[in-house]
Amino acid sequence: MSTIYTTVLIITSITTVLALLLTLANYFIADYGEKKIIINNDKEFLVEGGSSLLSSLISNKIFVPSACGGKGNCGYCKCKVSHGAGPILATELTYLTEDDQKHNIRLSCQVKVKDDMMIELPEELFNVRQYNAEISFSESVTPVIKHLRIEIDKNEEISFKAGQYIQLLAPAYPGNDEEVYRAYSICSSTSAKNYIELFIGYVKDGIVTTYVHMHLKPGDKVAFTGPYGEFYLRDTDNEVILVAVGTGMAPIRSILYEMKDKNIDRKTTFFFGARTKDDLFMLDEMAMFEQDLPNFTFIPTLSKPDVENWKGQVGRVTDMIDKYLDYKEDREAYLCGSGPMIKSTVKHLLNKGFVEDNIIYDSFD
Amino acid sequence: MESINPLVILMASVFTNNMILSNFLGMCSFIAVSGEIKTSLGLGQAVTFVLGATSIINYLLYHYVLVPYSLEYLRFIVFIITIAAFVQLVEMVVERYTPTLYYSLGIFLPLITVNCAILGVSLFMIIRSYTLLQSFFFGIGSGLGWTLAIVSMAGIRKKIKNSPIPKGLQGPGITLIITGLMALAFIGFSGIVRIQ
Repeated sequence: MSTIYTTVLIITSITTVLALLLTLANYFIADYGEKKIIINNDKEFLVEGGSSLLSSLISNKIFVPSACGGKGNCGYCKCKVSHGAGPILATELTYLTEDDQKHNIRLSCQVKVKDDMMIELPEELFNVRQYNAEISFSESVTPVIKHLRIEIDKNEEISFKAGQYIQLLAPAYPGNDEEVYRAYSICSSTSAKNYIELFIGYVKDGIVTTYVHMHLKPGDKVAFTGPYGEFYLRDTDNEVILVAVGTGMAPIRSILYEMKDKNIDRKTTFFFGARTKDDLFMLDEMAMFEQDLPNFTFIPTLSKPDVENWKGQVGRVTDMIDKYLDYKEDREAYLCGSGPMIKSTVKHLLNKGFVEDNIIYDSFD
Repeated sequence: MESINPLVILMASVFTNNMILSNFLGMCSFIAVSGEIKTSLGLGQAVTFVLGATSIINYLLYHYVLVPYSLEYLRFIVFIITIAAFVQLVEMVVERYTPTLYYSLGIFLPLITVNCAILGVSLFMIIRSYTLLQSFFFGIGSGLGWTLAIVSMAGIRKKIKNSPIPKGLQGPGITLIITGLMALAFIGFSGIVRIQ
């Protein structure tokens, strides 16, 4: 019996001593004091040194995008650190191109604040905030896509550009034990300031999509940060080509609302790709846009038409580009879809006289 | 075992009793980090340092805490806890006071916590009943031997980068085969000294 007692006692005392040592070390050694972070040579604030740049920024309400929660495996939190970051860490190398390294671009979740720092962030990020909201409407528009409306708390408003995205936070739920952010494009009009709408497709074993499709119902509270992104309607008079597949329709719908609300009259063609007839959605709204926007044409196309009476187009969106577009310059294209879809669409557009700078895309993968 | 000169143990643990090539311990980081000479040298240095230090700490813990209470069977868990805590502590100190060293070596420290060569050294020194000085030299020697092995492996892997290796064997596969060949070569040293 006494052996058991001594065993427990010895193990406990050894671990206690070690734990105490580590705690003391953490308190005294890893104490970097207050450090200054200067953003864009303009804003500056003091932070407690020692934690990551990303978390220091977030605690000061600057929401740098990050999908992995600071584990260094998404690469979204890149930012330019012109002073005070130290050499590039091995954990960053996977996400930094040679060009990034040359221009002091770093992963802010891996860089620790140990010195006064000077960083550069896009101005839009200061518009990014965290919003608390409530699901007010949720409907399945296809067997795998849900249409959500998220009402923001009464005293707050969101302003964004048509086509930008937000990051929805999925809390821990049975089967998922940590908080995760995932990016979704806003599909509602920019004139609605107190709610946003999203299209969320179901991905098998996807953490946030499972949360949305299996657990979320009207009345539930959610949180998101935003708006983010460079994918928005540019202010020119050029002809517009919109290309999307599946939930990629979301930012395009927002852009179409923008055109309708602001009476933007530009020649616009929207190629929308789906697999079967069941995968098409928002057809009524597209008809409405065709009514309200005199120069707008909606061209849905099915890659695997499953019904006899499908009279529309058959093929992929790239086939539609080849079929409908003539070789012409001075046009803008906005693409939203999977990585491979974007890649092949860009190739087809370049063949039609588009220049790379005028092809704007948002790829989800 | 008191008769063996610590320096003999040092040499032996580099060549005849190499941790990787004769005991096949510490293989995971050996295979994972042997891609580049510079990084493998960094990891080797860190392993050597931790080995030297933990062999002393664990020796003292074993002989002055565990043996008096006849709790020798606890050595596995105690050694593992000590190694983990020590590595944490070293990482903090290095990160705070020697940033340059941290950037070249510190990022490997967490990898060492789970390096079985470290635990292996602590256990071997008990099994072979070394003295404190012998244990220290054994620790340092094992570290140097481990460094020698991983750096030569990195060199070889650099040489074979453009070789036509069958697809299924690329990466870890060919590394394991090369490790086997290196182990065969190191058998040539055996018999020079005996330390067990």
